[in-house]
Amino acid sequence: MSGRALTPSQTVGPFFHIMLREPMNALATPQTAGTRIRIEGVVYDGDRAVVPDAMVEIWQANAAGRYRHPADLRPAPLDPAFVGFGRCGTDERGFYSFDTIKPGPVPFDAQRVQAPHISMLVFARGLLDHLRTRAYFDDERANADDPVLHLVPQQRRPTLLAEHRTDAGRVVYRFDIVLQGDRETVFFDL
Amino acid sequence: MDGPGRDPSTFPPYLYEAYRATVRRSPKQPLIPLPQTLSEITGPGPAISAALHQTVQGAVGAEDTDLTTNMGTGTEAMGERIIVTGRVLDEHGAPLVGTLVEIWQTNAAGRYRHRVDQHHAPLDPNFLGYGRCLTDTNGVYRFVTIRPGAYPWQNHPNAWRPAHIHFSLFGPSWVSRLVTQMYFPGDPLQPLDPIFNSVPTGAAQARLVAQYAHDVTQEGYALGFRFDIVLRGPRATPFEPFEAAQRATR
Ligand SMILES: [Fe+2]
Repeated sequence: MSGRALTPSQTVGPFFHIMLREPMNALATPQTAGTRIRIEGVVYDGDRAVVPDAMVEIWQANAAGRYRHPADLRPAPLDPAFVGFGRCGTDERGFYSFDTIKPGPVPFDAQRVQAPHISMLVFARGLLDHLRTRAYFDDERANADDPVLHLVPQQRRPTLLAEHRTDAGRVVYRFDIVLQGDRETVFFDL
Repeated sequence: MDGPGRDPSTFPPYLYEAYRATVRRSPKQPLIPLPQTLSEITGPGPAISAALHQTVQGAVGAEDTDLTTNMGTGTEAMGERIIVTGRVLDEHGAPLVGTLVEIWQTNAAGRYRHRVDQHHAPLDPNFLGYGRCLTDTNGVYRFVTIRPGAYPWQNHPNAWRPAHIHFSLFGPSWVSRLVTQMYFPGDPLQPLDPIFNSVPTGAAQARLVAQYAHDVTQEGYALGFRFDIVLRGPRATPFEPFEAAQRATR
C-alpha cells in the first residue's frame, strides 16, 4: 500500500460544546476498582488569564496499570467498569475536573516502568493543533525513576506534577495547565 | 520507539500571528520529544467505538449520520442538502475500520447552535449541527447534511470564516487523535482566512479541501463531496507480556 500524506490539524474553535452533549468527565462508577481521585485545574494563557473555552481530554490505565486497548497484551486485568477516557470543557473560570481512579504503573520498555500518570490533550480556540501533556502525582515515589520525567529539564518537571490535597475526605489532585509564559506546562512532541 | 514528531510541512505552527488567538495561547518553550510508550500507542478510540457499536448500533446509522433530520423535530433542516463521504486511512493507506468520526458545523445561515455564537443570523429550529458515525469495513464514513454558511469573526476587520465542517477523530491510538476542518472547493474566502493559511504548504492546505464528487451526488436529492482523512499511526508494535510489566502489576 502506498504512503499517504497526513491530514493537517485545525483549531477546535469556540463551538466544540456541540460535541459535549452529555458530561464525559466521570470516569469511575461505584463498581470501578481503585483509589477514587479527582483531578482538576485551571487552564491559563500567556497573560495568566483563564481560558474559558478549552477542552481537555484524558486517557489513563486502570488501577492495575492496564489500558483498555488491543495493543496492551499484558496479563494485568481489565476492569469491566472502567474505560479510561474523559473529556471536559473548561468553564468561565477556566476550570476543568475529572472524577476517576488513580492509574497503576505501566511499562516504559522491557526493563523500566513508568510512574502512574494520566495522558492529557488540550484543545482550544487559538490552538491550531492540540497540545499533549501528562499529569503525574506529586506524592508518588516512583516519579524519581520515571523515564519520561527524566527527559524533561529538572526545573520544568514540577509543571507535570499534580498537587495532592484532601478535600472533605476526597483525594484531589490539582493540575493547572499554563499554555504560555512563566511556569509554562511542559508539552510533548509525539 | 521514538516517533518522528509533528511534521512541520503538514501541521500548523502553534504561533501564527495572523490568527490572533495564537499569540497568547501558543507555548513559548520547545516541545519535548516523547517516545511512543504504551500510553501513546494505546488510546480511547477502540473502546469508544465498541461502546457506541453496542449501545446505538442502528441508531448511529438512522440518527446521527443525517444532520438534516437529527434534531428530531420531524421537519427537515433548511439549506442546500449535501452528502459528505470519504475514507479514513492510516499513513500506509490502510483503511481504519470502525473508527468514530464526529462533525459539527453551522446551519445554512452561518450560525452555530451554541450559547456564545452572537452572529445575528437566524437559528434553524430543525438543525442541530452535530453528527457522528463509525467507519465501515472499508474505512468509509458518510453524512447527509446541509452546506454550512460562512460566518464573521473578530480576528481582523471584515474577517469571515470560509464555509467549513469541523471533524474530530480518535483513530487507533493517542498519537492518531485529530481535530480538523473540512473546506469546500472554490471558496474565495480560503486565501483570506488565517486559520486555513496557517497550514504551512499549499499541498497540505489542499488536503483540507473536499472534492466535488459527481459519483456521490444523488440524483434529485443532494450534491456529493469526498473528503479523505489520513491519521498518524503508532510506530511501536503491540506490547507483549514481559518481565517489567508483570513486575509493575504484581
Ligand atoms: Fe467553525
